[in-house]
Amino acid sequence: MKWIAAIVPGVLLVLLPAFAGDFYVNLASQILIASIFALSLNLLVGYGGMTSLGHASYLGVAAYISALLTSRYGFGHGQAALLSIAGTTAMAGCFGVIALRATGLGFLMITLALSQVLWGLAYRMSGVTNGDNGIAGLTRPMPFGISLDSAASFYWFALVVASIAFLMMTVFVSSSFGSSLKGVRDQPRRMAALGFNPWMIRWITFTYAGFWGGVSGLLYVYYNKYIHPTSLSTTSSAEALLGVIAGGSGTLGGPVVGAALVLLLKNYASAYIERWNMLLGLVFLFIVLVMPTGIVPGLGKLLRRGTR
Amino acid sequence: MTPTPPDYALEAIDLKKAFGGLVVTQSVSLAIRPGERRLIIGPNGAGKTTLFNQISGDMRPNSGQIKLFGTDVTRFAPYQRAHFGLSRTYQIITLFTGDTLEHNVTLGLLGLRPSRWQMWRPLSFYGDLATEACRILDAVGLLHLAAYPVSEIAYGEKRRVELAMALAQKPRVLLLDEPLAGLSNSERSQVKSLIASIPRETTVIMIEHDMDTALDLAETVTLLNYGRVIVDGERDAVIADERTREVYLGV
Repeated sequence: MKWIAAIVPGVLLVLLPAFAGDFYVNLASQILIASIFALSLNLLVGYGGMTSLGHASYLGVAAYISALLTSRYGFGHGQAALLSIAGTTAMAGCFGVIALRATGLGFLMITLALSQVLWGLAYRMSGVTNGDNGIAGLTRPMPFGISLDSAASFYWFALVVASIAFLMMTVFVSSSFGSSLKGVRDQPRRMAALGFNPWMIRWITFTYAGFWGGVSGLLYVYYNKYIHPTSLSTTSSAEALLGVIAGGSGTLGGPVVGAALVLLLKNYASAYIERWNMLLGLVFLFIVLVMPTGIVPGLGKLLRRGTR
Repeated sequence: MTPTPPDYALEAIDLKKAFGGLVVTQSVSLAIRPGERRLIIGPNGAGKTTLFNQISGDMRPNSGQIKLFGTDVTRFAPYQRAHFGLSRTYQIITLFTGDTLEHNVTLGLLGLRPSRWQMWRPLSFYGDLATEACRILDAVGLLHLAAYPVSEIAYGEKRRVELAMALAQKPRVLLLDEPLAGLSNSERSQVKSLIASIPRETTVIMIEHDMDTALDLAETVTLLNYGRVIVDGERDAVIADERTREVYLGV
C-alpha cells in the first residue's frame, strides 16, 4: 500500500501537463522552483537551527550571474549555469564565515544585512545590473537540444531538477552528517564534547544550502526570462521563511507545502482581493495559532488522532 | 612535586579562572596517572564543575596549562580534545531528548569516526554503528529501551545514557560530573558497579557528593574549596586529614 501512496502522486505530477492548462502548468513550475528554494532554506532553519533572513541572496545572485553572462557577455547557457552555481556557492561560503561568527538573533541580523547589501548593489549599480529596470529579454537554455519554451517542457525540466534536489536533500538530512547537524542544533556543547566540530558542520550546511539556493535561482531566471532587484529583497527571503515555518520546518514535506501555499495565495487571492498580502498574513497567523509546528506535522498529528 | 609529562594522563598546572570579579578557580594543579581513579570533592561553589569545564575545553582558563598525556591542550577546542581521548558527562543531563537511546549512543560513536562527515549515505546504512550502540546500551542495562526516545525514559535511566554516550567513545580520560546525582539506592548501586567495571585503560576523574558510594570507587581524592586544592593524595590519607573534616565533613 505504501508504494502506491508514493507512485500515484508521482505519476500525477509527471502527467500534469496532459490534463491541466498552461496557467496551471506554469503555476506548478513556479511552485517547484519555490520548493527547491524553501527546501534549501529549511536545511538552515529546520535542521540546523540557523534562522536566516537573507536566503534570497543566493537565488538572486545566481539569477543575476546567469542573466549577465548570457545576455551581456555572450556565454552559453551551460557555462553560465556552471559559473553562476559555482559563484553563488563560493559566495555562500564567504557569507557563512561572516554570519557564523554569531548564532541566533545575531546570525539572523548578519544574514539580513548581507542580503541588503546585495539588494542595494542590484538597485544602485545600474551600469551592471540595469538597476530598477532589471534585465529583460533573457532566454531559456536548450538542454540536449530540447526547447524549454513551452509551459509543459519547462515544467518537466523543473520537475527533474526539483526531484533531484528533493532526493539529495533528503539523503543529506538522513545521513551521518545530517545527524551531526541536528545534534549541533539541539546540543552544540555536547556535540563538541563528543568530537564533532560544530562550526564546520554549520558552515558546510550553510554553503550547501547556498548551492541549492543558487540552483533555484537559475530555474527562477529561466522561468521568468527576466530578473529584477526585488528577487534579492528581504521580502523575498521572508516569504520563503514564512513558507518553511508554515509548512513545517525541520520536515521534508513542510517547505514544499509552504512554498505551494504562498504561491497559490499569491496567484489566486490576488485575483479577488487587492490586499492579498493581508490575507497571506491572516492565513499564517491562523496556521501558527492552530498548528504551531506547521501544516505537515500538524496534519500528521490530526491523522494519527483520527486513526486511533 | 613537579610532574614530568609522559607519566601523567592529565595534568592541570596552576589553572586560574575568574568570571568578572568572582574567582572560581584560584590556582589549581592536578596530576593524574594513567588508569587512576580520582575523586574530586568539595562543597558547593568550590569550583569543581568549572575545573571540569576547563579540562574539557568548554571554558578557557585565564592562565595556566592543561596537558593530556604530556601534550599541552590548553588551546585545543573541545572537539579536538575528544579526538585526543577525553570524554565527559554532564551534571545537568545533556541528551538529545527527541531521539532514541540508540541514536544518542550512535552519536557518541559517530563523533570519533570519519564517517560523521558522510553526506550521501543514510545513517541507517551503517549497521555496525547500530550493533555497537546496542552492545553499549546492553552493558548499561538499557537495551530494552533502545528504541524509546530519551524524553520517555526515567531520570535514573537518563543518567545511564549519559554514561553510555561517554563510554561509547572508549576514552583514555573520562570526566564524570556527579554521575550519581538524583539516583535511587538501587540505581546508585547499578551505576556504581558500572563505573567500577570501566577498564583500566581509561583514567576516571569523578566529581561526586555521595561520599559513601564514591569513596569506594576512588583511589585518590582531591579536596577543593574556594577554587583551591586543599588536600590531595591517597584516599585514606585525605579522609583522615583534619582539613577534610573541617571543610567537607563539617566535623
